[in-house]
Amino acid sequence: MNTTAAEHGLDDRSSLAKLWTNREARSVILQMITITLVIGFIAYIISNAITNLAEVGKTFSYDFLGEPASYDINQTLIDYTSRDTHLRAGIVGLLNTLLVAICGIILSTILGFILGVMRLSPNFLLNRISYVFIEFTRNVPVLLHILLIHGLIVHSLPHPRVAKDENVLNLIFFTNRGIYAPKPSFEPLFWATAIAFIAGLGFTLWFRAYAKKIQDATGKIYPVFWIGVCAMLLLPVIVYLVTGLPIQWDVPEPGRFNFRGGMVVIPEFLALWLALSLYTAAFIGEIVRSGINAVSHGQWEAASALGIRRNRTLSLVIIPQALRVIVPPLTSQYLNLTKNSSLAIAIGYMDLVATIGGISLMQTGKEMETMIIVIAVYLCISLMISAFMNWYNKRIKLVER
Amino acid sequence: MSEAMQNYVPGTHPDMPPPVGQRGVALWMRKNLFSSWINTFFTLLAIYFLYLIIPPILNWAVFDAVLEASSRQECRAISSGACWAFISERLNNLVYGRYPNTEYWRVNLAFVMMLIALVPVLFDNVPGRKYGLIYSCAYPFIAAWLLLGGFGLMPVDTDEFGGMMLNTVVGVTGIAFSLPIGILLALGRQSHLPIVKSLSVCFIEFIRGVPLITLLFVASTMLNYFLPPGVQFDLLLRVLIMVTLFASGYIAEVVRGGLQAIPKGQKEAADSMGLKYWQAMRLIILPQALKISIPGIVNTFIGLFKDTTLVLIIGLLDVLGMGRLSLSDSTWNGLSNEMYVSIACFFFIACFSMSRYSIYLEGKLDKGYKR
Repeated sequence: MNTTAAEHGLDDRSSLAKLWTNREARSVILQMITITLVIGFIAYIISNAITNLAEVGKTFSYDFLGEPASYDINQTLIDYTSRDTHLRAGIVGLLNTLLVAICGIILSTILGFILGVMRLSPNFLLNRISYVFIEFTRNVPVLLHILLIHGLIVHSLPHPRVAKDENVLNLIFFTNRGIYAPKPSFEPLFWATAIAFIAGLGFTLWFRAYAKKIQDATGKIYPVFWIGVCAMLLLPVIVYLVTGLPIQWDVPEPGRFNFRGGMVVIPEFLALWLALSLYTAAFIGEIVRSGINAVSHGQWEAASALGIRRNRTLSLVIIPQALRVIVPPLTSQYLNLTKNSSLAIAIGYMDLVATIGGISLMQTGKEMETMIIVIAVYLCISLMISAFMNWYNKRIKLVER
Repeated sequence: MSEAMQNYVPGTHPDMPPPVGQRGVALWMRKNLFSSWINTFFTLLAIYFLYLIIPPILNWAVFDAVLEASSRQECRAISSGACWAFISERLNNLVYGRYPNTEYWRVNLAFVMMLIALVPVLFDNVPGRKYGLIYSCAYPFIAAWLLLGGFGLMPVDTDEFGGMMLNTVVGVTGIAFSLPIGILLALGRQSHLPIVKSLSVCFIEFIRGVPLITLLFVASTMLNYFLPPGVQFDLLLRVLIMVTLFASGYIAEVVRGGLQAIPKGQKEAADSMGLKYWQAMRLIILPQALKISIPGIVNTFIGLFKDTTLVLIIGLLDVLGMGRLSLSDSTWNGLSNEMYVSIACFFFIACFSMSRYSIYLEGKLDKGYKR
């Protein structure tokens, strides 16, 4: 055991080199280095932030959420006055974000499917109209769409004073301060209609299962769709009529400067909703087109060889397969729409960014705290939408042998 | 007629044209517009729709338009159509922002040099591509010198950047600097090292989960807090940092798509040749993966270029911000439609041509991979 120092050194080097050539050891070392660097960087910027905040005399706390917000919001889905807290203002903003996102998703899906089908139509004119619309809409920034539509509404629609003539049946008025429409108020007896609707829904679900059982056993097909429509619509309507029309309509009346009563859809919401829907619909149209194109023509031929009628081929063979291609990119479009709704701040629609991340930030000077809330909420919404869509995707996935 | 028929030897009668209605415009219309009752109905509906839409737009934009006037009143006195005089008066502002008039040539030169720098990146069959790529890598620094000045040029403050020039600067810088970061993130996401992988996934999902506008707010309100005490970045630099991080999240996903499309055999072949990880990536995998992800990168750029208009919300005067500022001028008050429509046309031309290029490229690459 009389090794020289030089040999020792050699030994050490070779064992280090051995460690480096060992795949597992090397990966552990690399990851240790990475995580040290990342944690070090985060610690560094946090310590910078602490120093800088202390320098300007700010503290990191969420106490401001309990203080009165003292600003007004032009569209509130829940009760809110300027005496309420910043937290409540933020919730109002979040609800406004969700409202425009959900309305936008619904309208853009409908428009997008129409555009996609038009784009596939053999009719030259329909095809070209859809093509021009899609290409123009999706190559222009969504913020520009929002500003343009908002400008059109505010500058082209009449002032409430003169809007009395431009209406639908004297019930709905289009003005540059928004669309005024009758507002329903429910009387106690309305619950009977609601129960009738739920009963109709339950009956439809049961009938669908029952019809499927019969079809599996005997091959007999019931018109489930029409029976379902009758159960869910006709039954509530009859109950509604029998209980004596238990909804009161509060019709807007033209006043001296503005309308009284009714409910109003503010122009900011309208502009944001239309712009987001049109912009996203253009993308969805392309997705739908490529999805339907992805189903090979042989599927049509095979179905007709089996003697399946054309509309049943569409609903049983083509659409289920096309959906598998359509849904993943559709998800990301829904996510984009939700994220784009944050541009509301440009036209003064009070969404989450404009309330907590905008006015609350300016009033309290709590940049860190407010931005963390806004980012966290958007991350939650995004993760929830993608989790839902992943679940849906798994459900409709191709079952292979 | 029977006489004429007799003149032909059987089998030599020339082909007759198809009957009227089975050829030319009539056939095309019958096939494409009136093939069935439903189709006819839709055609008539579409014609009615176009009749409602097109004439008013043409009247507004072309026939009743005013090209020369000095104020809104003058425009409206001439006709009720579009007042393009407003746009032509503000054109310099819309393109260059508040950049000093005498220095416009620097912006123009930087733009032309950018187009030249793009050629070796986008087209792989140009002669001397290797030297071209070196120039392309050096270009961002040359452009920064040209635009910011110093070293013999008149210094220009970033506050004076604006208009389409600002959109281009933000968009191009964002993509150029996000490419290396995005490639690293994509490799990290594919990595076998669990910590590296989860860090990459977290970063990418975070960036893709939040709207760009919140990141821009972070840039404008709190990024300076994270810098060492005493150091302050100016707003444009902070915005560029955030836009670069934002774009790198999206580029990473595009590059990951490219990496996944490369058959596993390529990596195994590289391993069997004894190449190390980075050698294999640099020489075998990435050249192929990047080539097929160019259309995706172009699409990301189109998206980012459109999103650069968002900087107006934090107070930078990009083309849209300049437009809005011009609208508040009392001589031209209330001409928002003219302004927004012309900016929309600018974006449409820019983005549509880029998307055509990306479609062309996709077709070309597709051909190469089909056997």
